Amino acid sequence: MEILRQLSESLKKGEAERAAELTRAAIDGGLSPRAILDEGLIAGMTAVGEEFKAHEIFLPDVLLAARAMYAGMDLLKPLLIKEGIPTMGKAVLGTVQGDLHDIGKNLVGIMLKGAGFEVIDLGKDVAPAMFIEAALREKADVIGMSALLTTTMSVMKQVVELAKERGFYGKIRIIVGGAPLTDAYAREIGADAYCYDAMKAVDCVKGFVGGQ
Amino acid sequence: MRSILERLANGDILVADGAIGTMLMSAGLPSGACPERMNLERPELLESIARRYLEAGADVIQTNTFGASPLKLAHFSLEGKMKEINAAAVRAVRKIVREKAYSYASCGPSGRLLKPHGDVEPDAVYESFRQQAEVLVNEGVDMVCVETMTDLIEAVLAVKAFKSVAPDLPVAACMTFDSTPRGFFTVMGVTPARGAVELAKAGAEIIGSNCGYGIDHMIAVAQEFRKHTSLPLIIQPNAGLPQMQGGALIFPETPEFMAGRCHQLIECDVGIIGGCCGTTPDHIAAVRKAVDDFVVSRQR
Repeated sequence: MEILRQLSESLKKGEAERAAELTRAAIDGGLSPRAILDEGLIAGMTAVGEEFKAHEIFLPDVLLAARAMYAGMDLLKPLLIKEGIPTMGKAVLGTVQGDLHDIGKNLVGIMLKGAGFEVIDLGKDVAPAMFIEAALREKADVIGMSALLTTTMSVMKQVVELAKERGFYGKIRIIVGGAPLTDAYAREIGADAYCYDAMKAVDCVKGFVGGQ
Repeated sequence: MRSILERLANGDILVADGAIGTMLMSAGLPSGACPERMNLERPELLESIARRYLEAGADVIQTNTFGASPLKLAHFSLEGKMKEINAAAVRAVRKIVREKAYSYASCGPSGRLLKPHGDVEPDAVYESFRQQAEVLVNEGVDMVCVETMTDLIEAVLAVKAFKSVAPDLPVAACMTFDSTPRGFFTVMGVTPARGAVELAKAGAEIIGSNCGYGIDHMIAVAQEFRKHTSLPLIIQPNAGLPQMQGGALIFPETPEFMAGRCHQLIECDVGIIGGCCGTTPDHIAAVRKAVDDFVVSRQR
């Protein structure tokens, strides 16, 4: 469908107004919300994610693409809800307590939304209990935690411990990421996965949701 | 004392200090606290870190002002204390170094994304750096190091802000690069080649990189910079990426490891060698010895 290809293209170019116009036109033209989502918005963000992963484009391009995606999504969301089209799954995200760096966490949120997931973004400086309460309240599939600082990454362990105490460790999966983290660290604290970048996070979450 | 730029022009290799943040952590800075708050609460701790680096042989010792621009301090609601925090940091260092070493002011990112990618106006970022610069310059630092920058526009604004306050004060500008299969890029997509050109145009007399993934990564970054600039280079590597061992964070690259590779930095004509996260006075003492040994061997 030409209009959906153009919509997907407008995301890659970071043209928010154009993305909104094209989404509106697609809706008015009678295309199904599902097709607009899959072949327009998700297709566009997937292409953006691939180029980002290949270091062909960078953070600024992704942020502009995300803005365009949101412009389309704002128009589409009421229709998706009305038609009862389910999301891919739900993730609760946040930057851990004491850490104010949210670029990485925001990127994961963008890419998850761009892959069709619902994202509950708790923001930055999020206390361990907040992750747990939000995940239970929202019936989330995944908790995602981010830390940029060596001084704050240890907070992640507290969240894993709380998940064990509350008895949903292994049910709601826990992913972690951030510049100072490593696979070994994620294993040591008992997280389900270390995601070295936002695209890896999408792959992990897809794997967890698909495997359930 | 001759100026830093004269020393570099003369071919001298200067040793800078190592990390402050991770030193504060091992002295009990709580996880997630504002490191610059310590300037007011525990100036004696900053003095002791400066003294240890001076005794380790550093020629250039940094102020604890990385996050002390008003925009960054606002994350902790400390912007009202901006002047005191910056002034206390410079005083702590100058009290220790006197004429024995140079003091240099650290200036890190605002922590905000500039429009159109984020929500802050470039003018507001410039003004934030300018206010910080006024305090640091008035307190009498010998150099400024704009560092850990990933957005070239923000880095250029910081350099220009310092140059507007003190045109003759040497400014070093450091960016932090990731290594990708397509080469070195900052998170914002800036290459060393572009950084070198634009930062020099903005007025920086010294260019380089800090943080990163350890000294081997930094040697490669320095080599890349050297292809694109004849300006003096400053390189400050991490002691590798931190690892968790038995519940404690450790940085894997030892003083000996770092010192053993210093000659590769000197070979691409790096003028100032220091350390970033995880480096300690022991690392700097080892670098000092490696630099001195290299200079002696060169004279033979």
